[in-house]
Amino acid sequence: MADFYYDTAHLLGALVLLTSFGLLYQRRLFALLNVFATQAFVLAAAAAWQAFIHGEPHLYITALLALSLKAIVIPVALHRIILRLEIPRAVDSALGVGMTMVIGVSLVTLSILLVMGVTSGAAALTREDLASALSVVLLGLLMMITRRNAVSQVIGFMSLENGLILAAIGVEGMPLVVEMSVAFAVMVAFIVFGIFFFHIRERFDTLDLQNLETFRGEREERPWS
Amino acid sequence: MVLNPVHAVLAVPFLSAILLTLVPSPWVAARLNIGASGLSLIAGIALVFDRPTTGPLILIDDFNIYLVALTVFVGFTTSLFSAGYVRFEVETGHLRVMYLRFYHSMYQAFMFTMVLALVANNLGVLWVAVEGATLTTVLMVSLYRTPQAIEAAWKYFILCGVGIALALFGTILMYLAAQPVLGGGMPAMTWSVLFSQVHRVNPAILNLAFVFLLIGYGTKVGLVPLHAWLPDAHAEGPTPISAVLSGLLLNVAIYAVLRFKMLLAANGAAIAPGPMMVAMGLASLVLAASILYRRSDVKRFFAYSSIEHMGIITFAFGIGGPVANFAGLLHMTMHSLTKSAIFIAVGLASQIKGSQHIDKIQGMTTSHPVLGWGLVIGVLAIAGLPPSGVFLSEFLIVTSTYARAPLLVIPLVLGLLIGFGALILRAQQMGFGTLTANRPNARAGAGRSAIPLYAHLALVMIAGIWLPGPLVAWFQAVAKMLG
Repeated sequence: MADFYYDTAHLLGALVLLTSFGLLYQRRLFALLNVFATQAFVLAAAAAWQAFIHGEPHLYITALLALSLKAIVIPVALHRIILRLEIPRAVDSALGVGMTMVIGVSLVTLSILLVMGVTSGAAALTREDLASALSVVLLGLLMMITRRNAVSQVIGFMSLENGLILAAIGVEGMPLVVEMSVAFAVMVAFIVFGIFFFHIRERFDTLDLQNLETFRGEREERPWS
Repeated sequence: MVLNPVHAVLAVPFLSAILLTLVPSPWVAARLNIGASGLSLIAGIALVFDRPTTGPLILIDDFNIYLVALTVFVGFTTSLFSAGYVRFEVETGHLRVMYLRFYHSMYQAFMFTMVLALVANNLGVLWVAVEGATLTTVLMVSLYRTPQAIEAAWKYFILCGVGIALALFGTILMYLAAQPVLGGGMPAMTWSVLFSQVHRVNPAILNLAFVFLLIGYGTKVGLVPLHAWLPDAHAEGPTPISAVLSGLLLNVAIYAVLRFKMLLAANGAAIAPGPMMVAMGLASLVLAASILYRRSDVKRFFAYSSIEHMGIITFAFGIGGPVANFAGLLHMTMHSLTKSAIFIAVGLASQIKGSQHIDKIQGMTTSHPVLGWGLVIGVLAIAGLPPSGVFLSEFLIVTSTYARAPLLVIPLVLGLLIGFGALILRAQQMGFGTLTANRPNARAGAGRSAIPLYAHLALVMIAGIWLPGPLVAWFQAVAKMLG
């Protein structure tokens, strides 16, 4: 049974990583949302599985949070925001798909070499989970760098955060995982839904961050003085 | 559970943040904000004299108590300035009354997260507190709702969000390292337990963890090359927020880095964190000092000066040893006091002139002597002219660097001099340049905000001439702890 437990946990970790690659090459916002929802769903399954094999019931709460908030509420809400604000559905990326993929694969290699080299003392499952988690974090960063659109940057940020949750559930007996996922959820929820989209729409009529980048730091006057 | 000053210093801002959301009148809220900050100050001072013991969640030692006292002091004086500032902004129609309720509540929430981060014994709680501080300040930076403010807040959120995420990864690695030694659960996340047992921890994982933590919390310190959010956030938010960002938040972020540095030092076998901190500190110092010359927005100018000083502080702690650590601690205190005083003066000046452009804020000493001289003294103090306390700490940093790593003195002094030149240039221009016109129906003068301004400056000047014996002993104890 131990083998089965281990293999399933490993599989779920790898699936989260796989969906991260899925996020990297999507060109359309709705497809991006679907892949993100899938990733959150797999993450929830991974958390629930860890809760089961290590007998840590608090991880079920993390799983539930990931499932309800990230797999359902946030994608649905973002979907509606995109429709309501009539954001262009195709996303342009600063790098081509091929290049992004090459960089993505090298980041995964990097994190495996790094984590496996350093954590020789820890349990095998923990090490491998941590390696995939670090890969997911780095791929999330890569996505935030290569995408110009605010919605896809937020999705990149949330997938980065998924990587962190994956790391936290993979380490046995880690306390405060639930509190941390709540803190992240609050952060994302606050920013995504309350303030920014509302005001970015109000001021610019688009969510393309290129419009924000006209401002380079120095200006003559405040607009109202 | 016995009530002690730590509980009070945490509970007052927490409860006030909730209470202030319920107060509709901004003028009452501003007074309540002052009252709550005053109560926190009393609790913070009580904490210095009546020191509770370290528990599983609350860590109390010399290092964080002095920072708590500094934090509540600057929080209180800035709340005094804030009341007059927001009143003027509302009267001139720049801020909507509706947002003010939110502003005051967030101010207290921010103070709560600052104090929580300082006294947290649990690495997870420390992380949550710093994350909460990011959240509250992002919301306050966007308060004016101008396109610039929204971009600044967005940049701040994205960069610090990533930073904070990397810090969490480092925290998880820290736990992973400690778990085989201390077993699962809370003890492996508790700083004081970890500190006593860290010599048994696998150094390789500690090294990896520290890199993530330095990058993560370093983003909040504003170290080059992770500083891009800092000038925007300082320039576009309300000025009281710039004052607490520079005076408090950056200190707390450095504090977090230092806590982890102490763990690495206590481990013995881990890499020395010093060289990394020295490199990032020097890069911040030299780059920010050079950029100062090209800044024409006054708040952005002083934000870069904050990056410069964070560089100096990080450098000092990177050099390490009793003298450099002592100087670093002193510099943290002096920078906090001076920089928040400068932001108070700058906020008032831009309300008088109706602009944040340095060219429009000239000749302040002739038209508004109280404010103008406050501004000039503040800028000269931060530039490191004696008798300010900044001179003392910078002098100590240079001499101890000369003793430990003589070659590093060259870039250090170069950076200091470059920054000095820019600051003197601007001080001369703002204080004694050709008098510029005021905005129509400008603010009359400094008014009561002159009190916190001069109180800060007086403390900085006194510290430059005479440091009380107990304070010196205290700093020496902390410097020894930092290794």
